[in-house]
Amino acid sequence: MSRAALLLCQVLVAVVALALWQVFTTVPLFGRILLPPFFFSNPIDVFDQIVKWFSTGVIWKHLAITLWESILAFVIGSSLGVLVGFWFARQPRVAAVFDPYVKMTNALPRVVLAPIFALWFGLGIWSKVALGVTLVFFIVFFNVYQGVKEVSSTVLDNGRMLGMSERQLMRHVYWPSALSWMFSSLHTSVGFAVVGAVVGEYLGAAAGLGYLIQQAEGVFDVAGVFAGMFVLSAFVILIDMAVTLVERRLLVWRPTVRAL
Amino acid sequence: MDTARPTAVALDDATVAFRLANARVYTAVEKARLAVAHGEFVAIVGPTGCGKSTLLNVAAGLLKPAAGAVRIFDQPLTGLNRDAGYLFQADALFPWKTAIDNVAIGLEIKGTPRAKALEQAQAWLTSVGLGAFANRYPHMLSGGQRKRVGLAQVLIRDPKILLMDEPFGPLDAQTRQVMGNLLLELWTADRKAVLFVTHDLEEAIALADRVVIMSAGPSSRIIGDWRVELPRPRDIFEVRLDKQFHELHREIWGVLKEEVMKGYAQSSQAAGAE
Repeated sequence: MSRAALLLCQVLVAVVALALWQVFTTVPLFGRILLPPFFFSNPIDVFDQIVKWFSTGVIWKHLAITLWESILAFVIGSSLGVLVGFWFARQPRVAAVFDPYVKMTNALPRVVLAPIFALWFGLGIWSKVALGVTLVFFIVFFNVYQGVKEVSSTVLDNGRMLGMSERQLMRHVYWPSALSWMFSSLHTSVGFAVVGAVVGEYLGAAAGLGYLIQQAEGVFDVAGVFAGMFVLSAFVILIDMAVTLVERRLLVWRPTVRAL
Repeated sequence: MDTARPTAVALDDATVAFRLANARVYTAVEKARLAVAHGEFVAIVGPTGCGKSTLLNVAAGLLKPAAGAVRIFDQPLTGLNRDAGYLFQADALFPWKTAIDNVAIGLEIKGTPRAKALEQAQAWLTSVGLGAFANRYPHMLSGGQRKRVGLAQVLIRDPKILLMDEPFGPLDAQTRQVMGNLLLELWTADRKAVLFVTHDLEEAIALADRVVIMSAGPSSRIIGDWRVELPRPRDIFEVRLDKQFHELHREIWGVLKEEVMKGYAQSSQAAGAE
């Protein structure tokens, strides 16, 4: 299929879906409306709501807050994940001691931590950042741990025979290997940073996209809920595109990424 | 042997053993005695699984012999062999570094300023025929090109001893011959002591001053040592047509063939027992 034809089909799916939604919620079929507007709103109202948010400018504040929380969660979670992953991989004894606790913590559904974080860090951004950190940390941690553990023994021996000291092996072999594993999970970890922020906002906040959706839901404003969801999707897609750009830049040496 | 030349690598009855999972001990190489003079090119040939690479790892200091000793320029070897450059059988380039960075790293870790290291790395890449590929990552190079980068990576440090573990093993026949000639050309410039492991007898005779044969494992031993008197400089394509080459090949093959059969029988038995 050519690029243009593909794009046309993709747009067609959206048009058909929106048209069906509009018809089912506004035009009576067989004597009744199939999707009650109270529960399903309709595309035009949702679109109006989105336009209103952007034209009045209220949305920017919420977007900025969610973005800021996601970035902080990603940066803090990744840094901790890289450090601890590196440490555990180089110190198998430490890793063995902490292993059951790491597994236990990771097994915990992170949503249940939200109330305790709200108590500890208040209703501001930091309780959301903390929630995002607990999600991002484990992904990065496991990847870096694996990355350091699975450095090819031939490459390591080569480094040693070329005269590298332990510190130089760290810098030229372990570190790039660990980072490459971390970057390969970049999409997942950035996605989870956003999830942490939005879920945290939904459960108790004064601003952010999650808060916006939760407020709309509270007053049975279904158009507002859908509008919030669409803005959120667009937001995540934009972030994902930015991640792809960064990834191409950082992983040029990888056979799987076509950068040139 | 030329007694005036110092001995670069000496294995004195080196025995290498591994502890297996079931607490038994597997003896890979038994009482290997071998001396490589400075500037001498020695090839080790033996059937698959006879411990050729093990012997090389011992000379490199990556493995410690269970008994016997290793001497490098008459000094007992403790730790890694700092005088040796090692060209591995498997891909050993740093995949996250470009070709030129892969070559320059050997100098950079010694403290050579980066600009100077890069300049020399570029010169080395040119001498292995990859001057135009400096900014490629290893995955963008062919198998033969990666071996060339590996050769430059090792040689830029100017090691006194070169250890090579079936370096051209994975390459196709034509590329192997081209690489063999390149190796001889570089080696002729400043004769280093070379210990070259291969399973290809023809390659061994074409390249080396001496061909050493190992018996089939386990507990393999060095069972033969032939001097190759073919004149240098040699061309690997042409040396194979030489009458002397054929006679030597027939003579060594007579010994090697038996070991290859033994090694083959053992490995198929082991596979059947599993």
